[in-house]
Amino acid sequence: MANFTLKLNGKPHVVDVDPNTPLLWAIRDNAGLTGTKYGCGVAQCGACTVFLDGMPVRSCTLPVSAIGSSDVTTIEGLSGKEGKAVQDAWVAHDVPQCGYCQSGQIMSAAALLQNNPTPNDRDIDLAMNGNICRCATYVRIRAAIHSAAKSLEG
Amino acid sequence: MRLLRNAAVALAIGALTAGVLAYAGGARNAADAASDPAGAAAAATLRSATSFASVTDKNARAVALFEEAGKVIQSPRCLNCHPAGERPTQTDRMTPHQPLVVRGEGGMGAASGLVCTTCHHDANFDASGTPGNPKWSLAPVEMAWQGKSLGQICEQIKDKSRNGGRDLAALVEHMASDDLVGWAWNPGKGRTPAPGTQKEFGDLFKAWAEAGAACPKG
Repeated sequence: MANFTLKLNGKPHVVDVDPNTPLLWAIRDNAGLTGTKYGCGVAQCGACTVFLDGMPVRSCTLPVSAIGSSDVTTIEGLSGKEGKAVQDAWVAHDVPQCGYCQSGQIMSAAALLQNNPTPNDRDIDLAMNGNICRCATYVRIRAAIHSAAKSLEG
Repeated sequence: MRLLRNAAVALAIGALTAGVLAYAGGARNAADAASDPAGAAAAATLRSATSFASVTDKNARAVALFEEAGKVIQSPRCLNCHPAGERPTQTDRMTPHQPLVVRGEGGMGAASGLVCTTCHHDANFDASGTPGNPKWSLAPVEMAWQGKSLGQICEQIKDKSRNGGRDLAALVEHMASDDLVGWAWNPGKGRTPAPGTQKEFGDLFKAWAEAGAACPKG
């Protein structure tokens, strides 16, 4: 066990964990931010997606010891115009069904729009196919991303 | 009725998704395990470069050396990220990479899509079974090896227009010392390493270059 100071959503959190602990569990169990979900633990589902210095990563594949002074942003801390646009579009399209995967979906969608403000269907598929939804809300996810992109145009 | 039908369709798709995920996870775990320990042991070694000294014909020696080095080049650890198409493969069975990723610019994935570093970081992470290296990326398409014979790969490796502009000395250095090449012998838990060691592979490659760099036919 060792102490690590994680910069989570702009605030320092000291966590006492094994250095090999996946970031996901430090976020959920130690920092108490449970919006980030455990889905598969092997980078196959995307439910644990967070931002590391603004870039989306699967928090199940990153040991706490590799985080250093990087900024970690979880769904609780998602902000900025793309984050807001995506969250608004998610509500407007009533995207979630069971909701379990949706924090990961929203993080990936916000990251997509940060890098590509006008994604086409293929761009969306390439960015989002690593986020699996057991309720199969994919059609609404794609529509919501298009809506969010449109709302950012103005 | 419509609501019920939609719910049934969603459930069916969801079950299918879960099945695919379970299959993908299972395949990840099973594919790299040494299902044939005897075969794995046989594939795990390389002949030393010096053991080819008895081949007096220079071209024949070069070909024999490259064929030995080819055990590494054509191992899944190397071929998986030298795909012929846009999508890498994974595991010893060389199944399509899950999730779908494409080469993109610089071999790092689609620019605004799923880039390698979303999951692959600076080091292997055994807890999730995810391989990693600071230079983790796909080889450029001109360096595609999958579907090619060893002779074709050999000619390709020597061709400066398809090897990143490397001369033989740079190729030897790359094979013997490059950290990402070296990952093939340190691939993380549950993943079969390339045969031999990087040192033995580098020595074979150097001896091949010194013997005139002839390629296997075909």
